[in-house]
Amino acid sequence: MSLTIDDVRHVANLARLALDADQLERLRDQLGRILEYAEQVSEVATDDVPPTSHPYPLRNVWRADEPRPSLDPDAARATGPAIEDGRFRVPRIIEEDA
Amino acid sequence: MGQASDSGAVGHDAASDSGAVGHDAASDSGHPAASEGDTLVTAGVARLLAMLDAGDVSAEDVVTAHLSRIAEYDGDVNAFLTVLADQALDHARDIDRRRVRGEPLGALAGVPVAVKDVLCTRGEATTCGSRILEGHRPPYDATVVTRLRDADAVMLGKTNCDEFAMGSSTENSAYAVTRNPWDLGRVPGGSSGGSSAAVAAHFAPLAIGTDTGGSIRQPAALCGVVGMKPTYGRVSRYGLIAFASSLDQAGPFGRGVADTAYAYAAISGHDPMDSTSIPEPVPDVREGLDSGVDRLRVGVVVEALGGGVETGVAARVREAAELLGKLGAKIVEVSLPHAKYGIAAYYLIAPSEASSNLARYDGVRYGLRVDGDTAEQMMAATRSTGFGDEVIRRIMIGTYALSAGYYDAYYVSAQRVRTLIIRDYREAFADCDVVLSPTSPSTAFAVGAKADDPLAMYLNDVFTVPASLAGLPALSLPAGLDERGLPVGVQLVAPLLGEAVLFQAANALEAEVGFDPVPRGGNAVHPPDTAHANA
Amino acid sequence: MSAIEQATAYEAVIGLEVHVELSTATKMFCGCAIDFGGEPNSRTCPVCLGQPGSLPVPNATAIEFAIRLGLALDCEVIDSSQFHRKNYFYPDMPKNYQISQYDVAICERGHLELEVDGEARRIGIHRVHMEEDTGKTLHVGTSGRIHGADYSLVDYNRAGIPLLEVVSEPDLRSAAEAQAYLSELRAIVLTLGISDAKLEEGSMRCDANVSLRPRGATAYGTRVEVKNLNSVRSLGRAVAYEIGRQTGVLDDGVEVVQETRHWDEDAGRTSTLRAKEEVFDYRYFPDPDLVAVEPAADWVARLGKELPELPSATRARLRSAGLAAHQAASLVSTGLAPVFEDAVAAGAPADDAVKWLTNEVLGWSNEQGVESGAVALSGADLAALVAMVSDGTLSTKLARQVLDGVLAGEGTPAVVARDRGLEQVSDASELERMVDEAIAAQPAAADRVRSGNHKAIGALVGAVMKASRGQANPALVNELLRDRLISGA
Repeated sequence: MSLTIDDVRHVANLARLALDADQLERLRDQLGRILEYAEQVSEVATDDVPPTSHPYPLRNVWRADEPRPSLDPDAARATGPAIEDGRFRVPRIIEEDA
Repeated sequence: MGQASDSGAVGHDAASDSGAVGHDAASDSGHPAASEGDTLVTAGVARLLAMLDAGDVSAEDVVTAHLSRIAEYDGDVNAFLTVLADQALDHARDIDRRRVRGEPLGALAGVPVAVKDVLCTRGEATTCGSRILEGHRPPYDATVVTRLRDADAVMLGKTNCDEFAMGSSTENSAYAVTRNPWDLGRVPGGSSGGSSAAVAAHFAPLAIGTDTGGSIRQPAALCGVVGMKPTYGRVSRYGLIAFASSLDQAGPFGRGVADTAYAYAAISGHDPMDSTSIPEPVPDVREGLDSGVDRLRVGVVVEALGGGVETGVAARVREAAELLGKLGAKIVEVSLPHAKYGIAAYYLIAPSEASSNLARYDGVRYGLRVDGDTAEQMMAATRSTGFGDEVIRRIMIGTYALSAGYYDAYYVSAQRVRTLIIRDYREAFADCDVVLSPTSPSTAFAVGAKADDPLAMYLNDVFTVPASLAGLPALSLPAGLDERGLPVGVQLVAPLLGEAVLFQAANALEAEVGFDPVPRGGNAVHPPDTAHANA
Repeated sequence: MSAIEQATAYEAVIGLEVHVELSTATKMFCGCAIDFGGEPNSRTCPVCLGQPGSLPVPNATAIEFAIRLGLALDCEVIDSSQFHRKNYFYPDMPKNYQISQYDVAICERGHLELEVDGEARRIGIHRVHMEEDTGKTLHVGTSGRIHGADYSLVDYNRAGIPLLEVVSEPDLRSAAEAQAYLSELRAIVLTLGISDAKLEEGSMRCDANVSLRPRGATAYGTRVEVKNLNSVRSLGRAVAYEIGRQTGVLDDGVEVVQETRHWDEDAGRTSTLRAKEEVFDYRYFPDPDLVAVEPAADWVARLGKELPELPSATRARLRSAGLAAHQAASLVSTGLAPVFEDAVAAGAPADDAVKWLTNEVLGWSNEQGVESGAVALSGADLAALVAMVSDGTLSTKLARQVLDGVLAGEGTPAVVARDRGLEQVSDASELERMVDEAIAAQPAAADRVRSGNHKAIGALVGAVMKASRGQANPALVNELLRDRLISGA
């Protein structure tokens, strides 16, 4: 499995990570080796074997539509690094919402 | 500390009340050969409860003894990230007051417990061993923490772990490297290395860890304690800060099987706050502890004793099988032919889920923020600064594995392997009740030995990962020492919801192995004086 | 090429994605009450704030609403579906992923019957899937919009409110059809009572995918997604604009660029929001925190049986009762059909009842900004009002004032008429006095009537009505004047 630096940079961007050139290069190498190892799954993972996403089979786990107390607003915001007018403040947003 | 003259008599009560096994409740000397503090830190849960119930010691005494030992020796071990001394003493005194007034008390009233720092504690730092959650004080308690509190177990503090539970050595913590109490130059295993080390070092009789691919069982093995991963869904994940949601399970550590069963009983059971929580009632695993193994079939995994397993480990596992046979269990060979793909599948599934679970650490609502001109730059700067190398590596793997064009080849294929491993176990359990294997291919390795080779580190999980992928309950217990005097763990795996048989088999094996859980050796943590307690 | 030739050279292919915010008591995955207008971040908990360690548990009522809408749209309710995670970073998303459905939705393959310009149209429903809403971002700066903002502030009160996304097949062919589809979907949602479906306030949101292809072609052209459509009207304008714009592009021999465009209601045009290269890689995967949704067949059957009469059926019934198509459509889309039917049942002639509702009641609700379906008018009230007009107790003009009072909650028509002193004066002696005064005051007009100019009687009637402040019974006044001035002739 060989990755290019651009591959790694693209993935870092998807993952919202700002990595420097050294990190990108190191990850290119490590990811390549780890993914090469991981590719063994394709040896036995044939289409006739259904994928398992949940190890314990449960279904229809729902709750009644009954309100529970929300957090006190101060507690809800207490962990926020920057609060203004009761809201979480972030620097200007460049990208549009999806 | 005052007199310990009554404790011997109490020891008798504890043994007879609980029916629990030997090493923690068997003392009958009645003489204060050791300090009372050491007696309290070496006592097992049944004995502590009996002493507390009889009024021979107070919860405050018990908690004080453990806090003293932490204060004295945790500088060598670094098991704890946060010691909640004041809160623990307040809780202990409250328990003592309620006991005096005859008010109802929880099942573990006054028993100290250490909790891995991935479980949320309201208003108390919960960091996951990560810089990105430095000083984070959650607005709520994890269900496990609530249940421990409801049981009146006294939380001593939060234990160190690999960052976001990603690792097998507890070297990936942003705050400290936890040392193995048996050899301070070695790792305690991980990721719940702080919890396993706390129990092994006698800082707490019980601890809670979390296990995603072996993070309870492997450190239990390396630290010479019992560690148990329940069936996926048996213990609520609400408030357990997620690493890989389809694999994460909280579970207990103790210095014996019976102790571990106490903690399991306290934390298990349905929680409506967790959609994946199993609604079935939990049988009391303590009832069948002494049922023996003579009607059990034990499957030894044929693939597990081949290459890559240290000779000392392989030897103890073979002995364990022999001991079980001697006790009357039928020993059969079972095969898990797809288990060898477990690591590959695990290192696709867990990072994929992690890449999504860890997306929320963006500097907006909690945790670290590193400023940037734009929201996008702020988020990227925060994440790159706040996450350590291993976390970044796994986020990258997972992001890649889920990305367009690779999803089927990586993520879906890994989930198919998961199905194959589940089928392997189903076939194995047609022939046996529990499956026996090593917990880890090696005993504790030196600090730094595998830090630069992620893949080598991942291969540590080869025996623990398959049960994780299949959601099965599994337990590691000490089977003796290797030639260097380091603990060896053996793993028992049971079918879904098979915790009772797991504890039953482990308890029988434990009694036969006769392992002494006090760390020994030239580079071990200073041992408590056990002349009195571990008669 | 003339405008008409342009319009006929291409066929528009339009599909709509409509988000419906459900009016459940609590959010999709946590017990926070849905309650608008509270202090910022006061309707939040660890779950909807995405606090580390929190976990989602689905709201049973939201799932029921999804199934009911699916059934109303003739969808198959799928045996087993699974929530997925849609991964992308945005500050209004507490977890930086949205819980949504992906490969399989809870309801799929339905359709919606429309009538547009007298033509019946069947529009395919691709799927109805469940997801959670995001928080609300306030952009701080001179522009108030995202561009040019100095910074932004996020309120998570809305985060986690249940949404249904209804995705149509690309079966719509004109702006009018798109509007009809959205109106009809809205009427169904209102009939089911699963959302207040206010486009202007965002509890119903619509994105339109618009492409053109040469008439007769079967392959689709390049598609443009248009966002920010805040009313049925703006949907129509935006789609019409986009059809015109793309026609121009194609006529210039240029290819349409696949992109997302923003509708500017004031400027009346769309502009580029995001190019295709920026299309997100959402890395969908099954949410391990949530288990399969497998609605029991008997439950689905019961929900199907319990569906209320749908708008199309109501319209058909109203038309068979004699209403014109547009009247039936108007009553149904405004939610006034029940008032109409109750009024008719209480004895009001259908013609009168529908006129009062579509003219006066709708006018009032528009003026007052009150949801027409929520007006405080019973069928019995309307029937009483119509009766008071027909028996002469009220003039049409006075009846409007009485209706205002009824709608304002002052009581039944009889009570309002009495309390406001609006009953028509039909008392002969009083009217005779007023008629005599009018004749005395306008002798010239009276003479013209006497000399055969019967139209001149209008001025005298007007004077009496004015003197009575509108309360005189005009028919009686007319009769009395004729008696006085013409009968002798």
